[in-house]
Amino acid sequence: MLQVVCIKQVAGSETRVKVAGDGKHLDTAGVTWILNPYDEFALEEALRIREKMGEGEVVAVSIGDAGVPTTLRNALAMGADRAIHLKSDVPSPDPLAVARALAAEIGPLAPRIVWFGRQSIDDDQAQVGPMTAELLGLPGASMIATLEIDGDRAVVEREIEGGREVMEMQLPAAFSADKGLNEPRYPSLKGIMAAKKKPIEEKPAQLGEPNLEVLSLELPPTRSAGRIVGEGKQAVAELVRLLREEAKVI
Amino acid sequence: MLELKEEHLQVREMARKFADEVVAPRAAEIDEREEFPADVVRRMAELGFLGLPFPEKYGGAGLDTLAYIIAVEEISRVCASTGITLAAHVSLGCGPVSAFGTEEQKMKFLMPMAKGEALGAFGLTESGAGSDAGGTQTRAEKVEGGWRVNGSKIYITNGSVAKYVTFTARTTPGMGAKGISAFILDTATPGFRVGKRERKMGHRGSDTVELVFEDCFVPKDNLIGDPSTGFKAFLRTLAGGRISIGAMALGIARGAYEHSLQFAKQRVQFGQPIAKFQAIRFMLAEMAMRIEASRLLVYQAAVLKDAGQEYVKEASMAKLFASETSNWVTDKAIQIHGGIGYMRDLPIERMHRDAKLMEIGEGTSEIQRLVIAREILRDD
Repeated sequence: MLQVVCIKQVAGSETRVKVAGDGKHLDTAGVTWILNPYDEFALEEALRIREKMGEGEVVAVSIGDAGVPTTLRNALAMGADRAIHLKSDVPSPDPLAVARALAAEIGPLAPRIVWFGRQSIDDDQAQVGPMTAELLGLPGASMIATLEIDGDRAVVEREIEGGREVMEMQLPAAFSADKGLNEPRYPSLKGIMAAKKKPIEEKPAQLGEPNLEVLSLELPPTRSAGRIVGEGKQAVAELVRLLREEAKVI
Repeated sequence: MLELKEEHLQVREMARKFADEVVAPRAAEIDEREEFPADVVRRMAELGFLGLPFPEKYGGAGLDTLAYIIAVEEISRVCASTGITLAAHVSLGCGPVSAFGTEEQKMKFLMPMAKGEALGAFGLTESGAGSDAGGTQTRAEKVEGGWRVNGSKIYITNGSVAKYVTFTARTTPGMGAKGISAFILDTATPGFRVGKRERKMGHRGSDTVELVFEDCFVPKDNLIGDPSTGFKAFLRTLAGGRISIGAMALGIARGAYEHSLQFAKQRVQFGQPIAKFQAIRFMLAEMAMRIEASRLLVYQAAVLKDAGQEYVKEASMAKLFASETSNWVTDKAIQIHGGIGYMRDLPIERMHRDAKLMEIGEGTSEIQRLVIAREILRDD
């Protein structure tokens, strides 16, 4: 069974982000790039399914510039069988354009499962997964916490506000993985060596014209210094008052 | 800066993550309790750390010395006890068989060690043979089908947890270093036992013991290397282990530096973070510079070894410079932290205790200076 895992290269959470001179993009100088952590859960689940079934292929797909193969290589080191790099020098701001490019590539592969992370930790839109599922005409579930496969049937559980939702659907389907779906493995050292020999196919990404445009990008205001309200029990009332009236968080 | 290949960057990323998530949480505990971290070593074995630089046909991961050095650095950055356990296994346990073993010996001994199914150790030091390995008293007498060994080795890392021990013994009396050969032994062999368990200043989670041989029979096939090419050549090639000590020292220094950097930015005195004070800034700048210089020396030695070039001088320089750096940096790290740096609540004092060994093990700083001088003067 073929599974496709869509992964994204993102700036590591330790990176100190700077906005580029145009005020619309990130300054990528000095950025440490990582595999989007949510995508790691998706990849791990795909690998576990392949291992459980004892057969099948896991293909990692990513859109991006010449730096992306490094991240794809990490996916291969974790255990993906091969990778496809859809080349695009400029990151598209439009989730629908990205979904179209992915769907154009994934459709002809006819996978049983298409995987995504619940969202990327940079743009936080959580749109590409559901949009791609829609374009591929596949049933889908986003942010899944568990997955059980029985033949052509898949049962997923999702964490929702105040409870859990259980859904059943037919394969092929598309899923986006939530944190906690599994614990992603470390790439083994043999895996890192093996990844060098696995193929990464390069193609242009068919992104088309974006339907939206980023007008401006701003960093959040720097956090002002904390304040010590007082000490001991007598400070509690004042702290509660300030949290309610000044900070307006309770 | 030397350009790292993609696989080296991947090894670094993976080793760093593993170190932070699996190794670091056990570091204080195993130091405090003098406990060998069998659980962490098992995880390292599963991931292929224990056979990292050895060919796949012998069960290794097929990576190179540089990748191994990077892994030792990252692990030692959070826990030197775990770092030395890995380094002693790979460089000293597996190293001699890999460098001098016959094909049969590699299949029999290197394979299980590289796969991580068995740990390795190396026994050279004796009570009368430290820097002067020629003072080796352990005797190996020729008997029917092999050798009968009597004597003891001290301060042996992994000695009580190893399945295979490579050790040196005198085969010809009165010949100085020339009459010494190396053997490999299964520690289940009758006549072999573990003696005194050492209580150390640092690296307290690593296993350091005495090995005792009492009429211990070693089969003739377990002799490693050709005795006629000499013990000196044997030691010379073991310079590889010195690069790994350099990597451990580099890791310890980095750990202490990273803690200091973070602390200096957060600790406020006289109304500002202490990182704003020139006295602290100068210490941090000096730390960063010495660490960078250590890294270049250590990586260079590894790259030369991988390229099959001479690296004895460079390995000694790397080991010496990085070990002195680790002592200087950990000392200054405590100074930057002040009182809290002296407490066992933070890992800084542990790093300082761990750093000291770097100037002693696998050739003292004095021996490294002798080696470097001999290499540049060529007058011996």
